[in-house]
Amino acid sequence: MSEKIIHLENITRVYQIGETQVQALRGITYSVDYSEFLAIMGPSGSGKSTLMSILGLLDKPTSGRYFLEGMDVSQLSKDQMAAIRNRKIGFVFQNFNLLSRTTALENVELPMLYASVGSKESREKAMKALEIVGLKGWEHHRTNQLSGGQMQRVAIARALVNEPSIILADEPTGNLDSRTGAEIMDIFCRLNQERKITLVMVTHDPVIASYAKRRLYLKDGLIVREETNHSAEQRASASGG
Amino acid sequence: MKIFRILQVSIRALTRNKMRSFLTILGIIIGVAAVIAMVSVGEGAKQGIQQRFASMGTNLLFVYPGSRNFRGVATGAGGYTNLKPEDAKAIEENCDAVQATSPSISTRAQVVYANKNWNTQIQGTGEKFPFIRDWPVSEGTYFDEAQVAAAAKVCVLGSEVKQNLFEDEDPIGKTIRISKIPFKVIGVLESKGEQGGFFNRDDMIAVPYTTVMKRLRNVDYITSIDVSAVSADKTEEAQRQIEELMRDRHHIMPGSDDDFQVRNIADVAQSAAESTQIMTILLGSIASISLIVGGIGIMNIMLVSVTERIREIGVRLAVGARERDILLQFLIEAVVLSVGGGLIGIIVGIGTSRLMKYVSVFQGITTVVTPGSILLAFIFSASVGIFFGYYPARKASRLDPIEALRYE
Ligand SMILES: Nc1ncnc2c1ncn2[C@@H]1O[C@H](COP(=O)(O)OP(=O)(O)OP(=O)(O)O)[C@@H](O)[C@H]1O
Ligand SMILES: [Mg+2]
Repeated sequence: MSEKIIHLENITRVYQIGETQVQALRGITYSVDYSEFLAIMGPSGSGKSTLMSILGLLDKPTSGRYFLEGMDVSQLSKDQMAAIRNRKIGFVFQNFNLLSRTTALENVELPMLYASVGSKESREKAMKALEIVGLKGWEHHRTNQLSGGQMQRVAIARALVNEPSIILADEPTGNLDSRTGAEIMDIFCRLNQERKITLVMVTHDPVIASYAKRRLYLKDGLIVREETNHSAEQRASASGG
Repeated sequence: MKIFRILQVSIRALTRNKMRSFLTILGIIIGVAAVIAMVSVGEGAKQGIQQRFASMGTNLLFVYPGSRNFRGVATGAGGYTNLKPEDAKAIEENCDAVQATSPSISTRAQVVYANKNWNTQIQGTGEKFPFIRDWPVSEGTYFDEAQVAAAAKVCVLGSEVKQNLFEDEDPIGKTIRISKIPFKVIGVLESKGEQGGFFNRDDMIAVPYTTVMKRLRNVDYITSIDVSAVSADKTEEAQRQIEELMRDRHHIMPGSDDDFQVRNIADVAQSAAESTQIMTILLGSIASISLIVGGIGIMNIMLVSVTERIREIGVRLAVGARERDILLQFLIEAVVLSVGGGLIGIIVGIGTSRLMKYVSVFQGITTVVTPGSILLAFIFSASVGIFFGYYPARKASRLDPIEALRYE
């Protein structure tokens, strides 16, 4: 278990809406290796986002156990969850979720505001992160002046600035055209290979999913299939080159 | 460090919406300014009265007609006619704790000298008035016992009157007309150094009380008696002796109410200060209602702001903000608004109370801004921010991160 970064044991999540119960996850048992690149696929409503929320400690499972880097995190307090989100997890969303009317730099600095990082160090780290995603020179542009691809780069910079062990991306290319999507995927692959950040990504797009080394298929809250993609490694290194 | 950075974030958020922030704090500005200005009026009146009584001396007593605890409809001042000059004389002669008395009766009259006109208080007194009130003449002399006995048409000017009628001219020996009757000016009282019109003691003319009774008002009573005890620690004894003597002179049966009252300077100062204190509290509380209204304005805007920024809150939670970070952020925003408004309000309030003297309606009112009222206004505005900012901030901090991130 200790060599796995994520280990899930029979995770369920039940939403209670009035009288009715929605079983979003019905018992997920799965493990993710360190530095892995995992894609989660499946039809709409199959529970992908619900699973991502639990992996990202934004939500708690109704039952089951979740070990993150060997530590049971299924029943932590809100503050403990916040601290782990801050230090170990980076999020990338489909709709970017940047703060409006603020600069790229301010957005990237945001996680460090809650990590007791001094303002000078925070600034340096944010500049560095923006450079990694190819946005050097765009630091002081307001987010509403950026293109979709640039906004998603800012979001990635924000996700990686606190040097997390995992980045969780829920349909990160969903709002982008295929060319911009491919550029974003190149950045993810580089982070995964060069920085050994574990990557879990939800996508509907098989082309995007083919970047990942493993693919997990969900349906009705259960894992229905798992595939290993042997060509992913070559492909990723070719594009990352 | 942490608080400082959250403060930075809050100020940045507020400056992003300058117009709205300003309109939000306008209520607080007006509220705080109103509290400070109103309290300064009350405080000014109180201090003025206290200084006045302090300068009168501590062994001073007053005898007024009318019961201290009268029942039913209050009789207006001057409605009593039972105090006579003989009472003053008897008190001076029979009470050994008393060293001097001066009967008192006044009226208002038009005063004319050459082409100048002045409307002022004509204060009828005995010849011992300067001694009892510790208020000597600066020029000429005060009238003497013989002039009082003769109801002489002589007068001593208050410095304000002298200034208005004579300016730099020497008034001694000149004749002025009080209600068309010619009076000879024999002296000028020392200035008490007061400004303005309402309570200015220098704005008066002293004449023998007999003259006011016979020539100006045509009455046979006086309205009060100034009494000076032999020393400050004898005032209570003097008061007892006067009461005993007066009950005897006025044939008051044991058990029935006095038809007069004796009050010492401390009593009078106390009740005057109390009435101004009530005024201060009244003015202050009316003004503070606007502070509360201002607070509700802040709460309203903060609630709007929280709703507008649900996504932002979701993002902050996702990147690791704890509940208390969000609570603090919005609370600090509210407090920055209210304290900012409070500080501007303090400046506006001090300015207003300074300018008040120049507005004709408030002529003669001195305003005193005390550090206490500034501190009070500041603390009050900060607490308004905390009180009215807490609910919206708590609402923000309790948001579920997933729902907040999904919010449209
Ligand atoms: N907050 C919620 N309250 C109630 N039911 C919910 C909630 N969130 C999700 N669900 C339900 O849980 C199930 C799984 O939803 P989830 O969002 O995880 O699906 P998904 O696989 O991400 O779908 P999509 O591909 O459309 O994003 C759905 O049936 C959904 O209606
Ligand atoms: Mg989803």
